[in-house]
Amino acid sequence: MLEQKEREVLQLLEENARLDIETIAKMVDLSVAETQQIIEKLEKENAILGYSAIVNWSKVLEYEGVTAMIDVKVTPARGVGFDKVAERIYRFPEVKAVYLMSGAYDLSVSIEGKTMMEISRFVSEKLSTLDMVLSTTTHFVLKKYKHDGIIFNDDEDDKRIMVSP
Amino acid sequence: MMKQTSYLAKTVDSLKPSGIRRFFDLASKMDNVISLGVGEPDFVTPWNVIEASYHSLEQGYTAYTANAGLLELRVEISKYLEQNFNVSYNPENQLIVTVGASQAIDLALRAILNPGEEVIVVTPSFVSYAPSVTLAGGAPVIIDTDPDNEFKVRPEQIEQAITDKTKAIMLCSPNNPTGTVLSKAELEKIAAVIKKHDLLVISDEIYAELAYDERAISIASLPGMSERTILISGFSKAFAMTGWRLGYAAGPVEILQAMTKIHQYTIMCAPTMAQHGALEALRNGGNSVQKMKMSYQQRRNLVVKAFNEMGLDCHNPGGAFYVFPSIKKTGLSSESFAEQLLQKERVAVVPGNVFGQSGEGYIRCSYATSLKQLDESMKRISKFVEKLK
Ligand SMILES: Cc1ncc(COP(=O)(O)O)c(C=O)c1O
Repeated sequence: MLEQKEREVLQLLEENARLDIETIAKMVDLSVAETQQIIEKLEKENAILGYSAIVNWSKVLEYEGVTAMIDVKVTPARGVGFDKVAERIYRFPEVKAVYLMSGAYDLSVSIEGKTMMEISRFVSEKLSTLDMVLSTTTHFVLKKYKHDGIIFNDDEDDKRIMVSP
Repeated sequence: MMKQTSYLAKTVDSLKPSGIRRFFDLASKMDNVISLGVGEPDFVTPWNVIEASYHSLEQGYTAYTANAGLLELRVEISKYLEQNFNVSYNPENQLIVTVGASQAIDLALRAILNPGEEVIVVTPSFVSYAPSVTLAGGAPVIIDTDPDNEFKVRPEQIEQAITDKTKAIMLCSPNNPTGTVLSKAELEKIAAVIKKHDLLVISDEIYAELAYDERAISIASLPGMSERTILISGFSKAFAMTGWRLGYAAGPVEILQAMTKIHQYTIMCAPTMAQHGALEALRNGGNSVQKMKMSYQQRRNLVVKAFNEMGLDCHNPGGAFYVFPSIKKTGLSSESFAEQLLQKERVAVVPGNVFGQSGEGYIRCSYATSLKQLDESMKRISKFVEKLK
């Protein structure tokens, strides 16, 4: 029962982190105090890691930025496997995401920079020079259609008629 | 001057236009209106369903289907009904795919009614029931339910409404507009009266998936009832497919064959591309339905509390996506409450009396609208009610 409520709270916050606690409490049919407790517990357990806005930076005037996804092949280190290499990479602040992958390469690294030059420099100077890195393939993102479940430029107009039976 | 002859059939001429229409006209002319008057989901149809329908068109499935609908689809509907509602129908001769539940209701009435035979309509109800009975040549007999009994019909009320002309009763659970769900025990008592008087039931179960506290029970699943029940349902509500116009009916062979005969002469078949979409909806739409259901349930919880907090008594409806709060405390009639609310605060709701006179003193609010809109509309209604005090 409580687990079900926790899941509901998480789903509501994942959809809209700014939903106020009174509304959440009413929606999941708990008191505000109980809801507060659930959220604090989830934060403490790191089930909730943070709250952020999904920004469509292309709408922001004078914003310049590029995103690249880099496929990285590495040699895993004895004892620590891929984790150590991954850490060497994900500590760089310009790295936004790192995943261990099945298939043709090992790590998928997503990185954001101001210019393509900046990213190229990161790849050639920081990434490929790491001992365990065997090769890299860099793909630049040309356009973002959907990110984290949110469709950019979605048409959200209500297409229903005003009053119906 | 000679009096102009009317070319209209008397039956049609005498039908009153729906009270919903008037509010539609009023609300549509205004700006910045938040509508809680919409009787359909706020979700767009799940993408896999849309995609499956595209695919069928690309493949060239643009011709008629069998009169009763694609056999594949009838097989899926039959499985779905069996798994979810514990009723069993032969897809070959006990099921028909229709143009919305609306057409299924029309077919059912036309298949069973001789001129003048009576059909009991339990109100507040979906606005089409009584006119559909009239159009099929029958006479609707209205039962007004008791708000203090959550608008549930009592078996004694049915007994009292029965005459020697009574042919059938129309039931709808979960109900539009009240959201009320009839429990198994309540349905059993109703079923006993129906069996005693050898009546048919037209059971509109279009909201059956959207029951939040307890599963909705089909009256057809009760002992001795499947042979006297025409089960009506469709894809509009649970699958968010109102515009696709797809529903179905299931029931005794003789009646379903008669309905298919009318359908064959008047409609031919339900739209083919919609049938292909529905096939996908039944095969792979379960998760989407559950997600939407959860979202409705959360919004119901929110809205019921909001109405009670602003002093309008609102019981917690077990299903559908409507709440039916009482506005009696304001001293206004349903019509003038709804009209003033629209004029002053720009929120459209439907006055309860359009669903039958027992709905007087209530308004129907659909919570199938975004959280943001719901939140804003509750503020506006609260402000409106406050000013009336
Ligand atoms: C109780 C009830 N029955 C039937 C219908 C009609 O549904 P369909 O879109 O399948 O014709 C509605 C739609 O509002 C309804 O509320």
